[in-house]
Amino acid sequence: MTDRVPVLKIGEVLLVSIQTDLDDQMVLDLQDDLSNRIVATGAKGVVIDISALEIVDSFVGRMLAHNAAVSRILGAETIVVGMRPAVAMTLVELGLSMSGVRTALNLERGLKLLRRIAAGRA
Amino acid sequence: MNTESNIRLLVDTLTGQREEFLAQWTRTVGEDLRGRLSTAELGRELAELYDAVLTAVGTGSLDSRGEQFAETRSLLVELSRDRARQGFTPTETVRSVFALKEVLEPSLTGDAESARAYLQFGRLLDDLGMLTSEAYLRTREEIISSQAEQLLELSTPVVKLWDGVVGVPLVGTLDSARTQVVMEKLLQTLVDTDSTHAIIDITGVPTVDTQVAQHLLKTVVAARMMGAQCTISGIRPQIAQTIVALGIEFGDIPTNASLSDALRQALKEVALDAEDDVRGLL
Repeated sequence: MTDRVPVLKIGEVLLVSIQTDLDDQMVLDLQDDLSNRIVATGAKGVVIDISALEIVDSFVGRMLAHNAAVSRILGAETIVVGMRPAVAMTLVELGLSMSGVRTALNLERGLKLLRRIAAGRA
Repeated sequence: MNTESNIRLLVDTLTGQREEFLAQWTRTVGEDLRGRLSTAELGRELAELYDAVLTAVGTGSLDSRGEQFAETRSLLVELSRDRARQGFTPTETVRSVFALKEVLEPSLTGDAESARAYLQFGRLLDDLGMLTSEAYLRTREEIISSQAEQLLELSTPVVKLWDGVVGVPLVGTLDSARTQVVMEKLLQTLVDTDSTHAIIDITGVPTVDTQVAQHLLKTVVAARMMGAQCTISGIRPQIAQTIVALGIEFGDIPTNASLSDALRQALKEVALDAEDDVRGLL
């Protein structure tokens, strides 16, 4: 049994805070857990906090984009927050622009953005 | 006639007429430098050099790479470093060494023996001259590379224009090294100041080719991935035409003709955000 990334529910928002570097199995587990929780809770938004990640490879990058697409189909908007400058530069060099994923500087701004989306203003 | 007796002849001549040679050497070099170096200082430098050469030759060697010439070499390196820093030309620097040949010529070409000694000594001075010019070049290269580094640091400021809005006034050509520095600084500033809008102003960028555009796009995409809006402003008509002619796609990246337009747009969005915040509280 590998470690799992916790998915926390706050009101209508699911918060995923990734605290350790992810191996491939954790990434796959997270995808399953998240989609199950969205359906179970009827969440309207997902915030994925990656501020603790110093390395984001193309696999994790694709996972984030994939999650965003899946959540959108299930009726929840995904915001990726807290990306470090070094991580952003690496992803750009890798050619991943994550164009389908909404981002915010930090958790607070991410939650604000979700409220704004819910109000139909963004 | 062998090398040893040549050397003895050289040492005798150099020791015997030290004062005259030195005075004339200083005068010749002084004329070349046209008073940009005081005669006293020049005299001291050359006397030091003269004595070092004399000592080295006195040990019976004419090999400029030998151990006996270590002091001469370090003196010459020091001298050419000073000259390079003070802005003398390579010719002026190397002439300081070659002038000694001219000085010695009249007193060492009287007969065949001393002419041979003179030629051997001349070869030594040629070697030392080359060493000097090499040291001169090395110093200039050091200066150039340190200036390039300073330029890199100086030319990439990130300024806070408003609460939540930062600007990067780019001046000069963008290459990958500079893009890296600009990107790093911009992204770090976004995090540090919790800014949601960034404006990259390219008024000071002389030309935008595909390479530069690529670098700009990368920076914008990176800022966007961190959750900030990034605008490019200051696009001159000429540059807009070049961009279109080259077929560069800026995609959905907002661009503006002037910094003020970009700032107005950013402020509008910041104000909207603030309004939403207030509404959220009520």
